Amino acid sequence: MKRRDVLLAALGLAIVWQVVAMIVHRPILPAPWEVFVVFLQELGNGLLIHFGVSLWRVTAGMAFSVLVAAPAGLAIGGSKTMNRFLSPIIYLLYPIPKVVFVPVVLLFLGIGDTAKITLIFLILFFQIIVLVRDQAVGIPPQLIQSLQSLGAGRRALFRFVYLPASLPAILTALRQSIGTAVAVLYISELFATKYGLGYYIYYQGSTLFNYPAMYAGVAAMSLLGLGMYFGVDWLERKWCKWKFVS
Amino acid sequence: MINILSLTFNYQNNIPLFSGFDLTISRGETWAILGPSGCGKTTLLYLLAGLRQPTSGQITIEGETLTRPRPHSGLILQDYGLLPWSTVYENVELGIRVRDFYGPDGKHTPDNYLPKDNIDHWLSRLGLSEVADKFPSQISGGQRQRTAIARTLALEPDLLLMDEPFSSLDAITREDLQNLTLSLCAEQNLTLVIVTHAIEEAAALGKKILLLDQTPNQNARVFDNPNASQKNHRGSQAYHDLCDLLWKEMQIPSPQPSPRGIGGAQ
Repeated sequence: MKRRDVLLAALGLAIVWQVVAMIVHRPILPAPWEVFVVFLQELGNGLLIHFGVSLWRVTAGMAFSVLVAAPAGLAIGGSKTMNRFLSPIIYLLYPIPKVVFVPVVLLFLGIGDTAKITLIFLILFFQIIVLVRDQAVGIPPQLIQSLQSLGAGRRALFRFVYLPASLPAILTALRQSIGTAVAVLYISELFATKYGLGYYIYYQGSTLFNYPAMYAGVAAMSLLGLGMYFGVDWLERKWCKWKFVS
Repeated sequence: MINILSLTFNYQNNIPLFSGFDLTISRGETWAILGPSGCGKTTLLYLLAGLRQPTSGQITIEGETLTRPRPHSGLILQDYGLLPWSTVYENVELGIRVRDFYGPDGKHTPDNYLPKDNIDHWLSRLGLSEVADKFPSQISGGQRQRTAIARTLALEPDLLLMDEPFSSLDAITREDLQNLTLSLCAEQNLTLVIVTHAIEEAAALGKKILLLDQTPNQNARVFDNPNASQKNHRGSQAYHDLCDLLWKEMQIPSPQPSPRGIGGAQ
């Protein structure tokens, strides 16, 4: 996808927003330019801190889930026995919408960052473990055998085959889950916190009725998701160059 | 070099592919294993590679019983076995990286292993220097197989095992790589065992041809083909006669196979 096309799409969406705002003509839907100005003002007025806190929570949740789920997915995919025992458990837990665990996790882990990071971890964990496991299972046996014939044992197979083979799966899982992760982050930040974009949006909209600032928060949250999406794309181009050659 | 003694092998709940099978392969020989699908030729190669273990009997190479892949054997497969995420250079370097990863432990890496820097030599010898930075998806089938050969030879093996390595290549590339393989084997004093289902390939490459046709394989049916590596062998009468003979033997499998051959039966 070309950068110019993305910018044109953004411009198109802003025009649609402008037209709808003009039609609605009420304070609950300010025009994009007004929101943009408030967004810049709010950055120095605390919005940047809220953005930073949310970014930390979602990044920590992502990193934690990759560190736990990727090795677990590789281990399950690389071992028929583990796959037989653990896959039915994953099969049962995978479809459960993890957002329903928000109150449970808050009750167990309290009001700090741990609960919010854990929720993001829960969402990403299952996506990554399933995709990495499938990737590991799908590695052609001939590839494994030719590596074994070069002297590779289990450790070298993980280092030279399973790990690099699972990298695209990890990045795909992250890309697919960013939207849900940011959505759950928003919900979790509505509870018992004074920092984070979820809190900021809710506070500006429902307590202060400052709608332009509320939309500035929504824009910041969108930028958070978009930035992470682009970040994953960038990592994929950097680490998986072989997927982009022709 | 290779001694197969009373080999019996069967996959789970299947009839044996080999039963009390014996074979001896001497150092520096070039062998072709020929037979139709399902006759056990690839299984025999995997047994020689140490990737499968006999149900009973034993295989010794250089006097050592084979229980796992041997550091001095090189295996080349039909689909090349290249890492798609690594460049040609990195793929050729892979065996050496695996050895450096373990160090000279005598199990994955020979005891006397010293780190090598021979990648450029093998890239150049196999005509791959120009594509060293390309990924496998960017090069031709012939270049992929050359990469797999370079990767194996970089480890300086004494035994080269090849499983239908040229079957997916076009005729000209195939003949080119067959000739290259023979000259490399002569140059490096390698023992070659190549599995093929193509009679012409077996007759062109194997100074000895092992024909497997009826399971369980019990007696080794070996055909001598002493002129295999000689120039213009493919145009010779002996080559055509051998192809005809092998063709007949594969069409009408003998119920009780007896050893036969041309140029001296074994």
